Amino acid sequence: MNKTVLQLLRTEGRMSADEIAERLGISRDEAVGELKRLHDEKIILGYRAVVNPEKTGDDAVLAIIEVNVTPQREVGFDAIARRIYKFPEVRSCYLVSGTYDLLLLVEGESLRQVASFVAEKLATLDHVHSTTTHFLLRKYKEDGVLIQEEDETDRLIVSA
Amino acid sequence: MKERSQIISRLVESLPPSGIRKFFDLVIGREDIISLGVGEPDFATPWRICEAGVYAIEHGRTSYTSNRGLMALRRAVADYLEERFAVAYHPATEICITVGVSQAIDLAMRALFNPGDQVIVIEPCYVSYKPMAILAGAEVFVLPTSMREGFQPDLERVESLITPRTKAILLGYPNNPTGATYGRTTLEGLAALVRRHNLLVISDEVYGELTYDSEHVCFASLDGMRERTILLSGFSKAWAMTGWRLGYLAGPREVVEAAVKIHQYSMLCAPIMAQYAAIEALRNSRRDVEDMLAAYGERRRIMMRGLEAIGLPCHTPEGAFYAFPSIGHLGLSSEQFCADLLGQTNVAVVPGNAFGACGEGHIRCAFAASIDEIRTALDRMGDFIGTLRPLERASAR
Repeated sequence: MNKTVLQLLRTEGRMSADEIAERLGISRDEAVGELKRLHDEKIILGYRAVVNPEKTGDDAVLAIIEVNVTPQREVGFDAIARRIYKFPEVRSCYLVSGTYDLLLLVEGESLRQVASFVAEKLATLDHVHSTTTHFLLRKYKEDGVLIQEEDETDRLIVSA
Repeated sequence: MKERSQIISRLVESLPPSGIRKFFDLVIGREDIISLGVGEPDFATPWRICEAGVYAIEHGRTSYTSNRGLMALRRAVADYLEERFAVAYHPATEICITVGVSQAIDLAMRALFNPGDQVIVIEPCYVSYKPMAILAGAEVFVLPTSMREGFQPDLERVESLITPRTKAILLGYPNNPTGATYGRTTLEGLAALVRRHNLLVISDEVYGELTYDSEHVCFASLDGMRERTILLSGFSKAWAMTGWRLGYLAGPREVVEAAVKIHQYSMLCAPIMAQYAAIEALRNSRRDVEDMLAAYGERRRIMMRGLEAIGLPCHTPEGAFYAFPSIGHLGLSSEQFCADLLGQTNVAVVPGNAFGACGEGHIRCAFAASIDEIRTALDRMGDFIGTLRPLERASAR
């Protein structure tokens, strides 16, 4: 029933080795060793803050882009996917089943910048058939975190 | 106008006020309290369960149900009890859905007891056992347990309380407030007594899902005990559904029939939307229970380390979400300790004597609170104890 170090870090990435040790009832050395292993084996690739964009005054524009591509002999979708995900504008890139092939999350400083990335870089690539761009209007939940906190209900302070 | 004694039932007047209620009056009106005083999960009900309740309301499922509860829910309870705890009950005749385990306790007692029947209650225990037994006309014999015994019942002492008028033993495990639970050996010992003296058992197992070191053993699953046990459980604790008020009673057909007879007159049925929500809880919410249990497990560890650090001896809870440390060496009664702690540090814990006389010298600290709250509360408690120590030394001289 005990959680693993990985489970703890997936919800609270900033947890210290001391805290991990206390939460899991293991020694500090064990926690440090497990952390090292997770990093060395590249099981943990990085840590990120989940940010409420409505509070930063940051006007960055995000778009979700569906991309239809033609897979290539021997490399399938990988070569075209790589060609796309290497652009720094592409924050996420997934191969998905369904009516399109690649799902991208693209970030730009303005609507115009994202639009020109799509028009000039993405849509013009060989093997890319079509793209559908959805500009992101509001985030409600990201990586399991609610962007707007909900009010807590008041419990009785003392109860049987 | 009549005098109070002419108005209020003598039986009700004879009941002592709840120790929790008394302490609650101290808490009212204070702000920014850090509370380890709660008897409920700090989690909201898992959303899938809420959503099922909302769906029921939206689709006009707002009527009465059969007295025993929705058949679909009784089936789900039967499947769950069989799968989780290896006890088989017939959903049509051996299960009744109740308004929380609280009502199930009331039903079980009123269904069984005649005036003068005796029931054995193991203390410290949940605050309602004794008053409900008294209201049902029974005479209560208390077996005290202590931290030294790990809050386990001494079987010889249980047996010494049994008379020809003893009808039942009331069990509540994992235990509120001690967090102790009973392992198979203790339970088999109790079962042997029950067999030897031809007794019944009312077994409140509402914390049965919340055990940390070993799997819960359902009393009715023991050899020959199914026919002698009225099993009470519900959704409040494991599924964080306290406000939905939903529990159940399972037992031999004739006992359930008697309980349903009372239930149909006094309550009619449990709320239908809560019943629909509970079906979702049993069918699809196992993962939520496991996640909450894992969170309580972490908090338990932090609570135990913290209590050790501030020098309060405590039985390691094997279940539920309570620690019941001893404060007996500090020279204050439980109530005084809790009142002073609240007054000086704004931390709320519950005096142990609220759960029976043998709880005196203890306090109940719930770890159904966030890790930050637990740490802050324990820090403050440590500081508070520090202010007591000089006095303690002075009085020892």
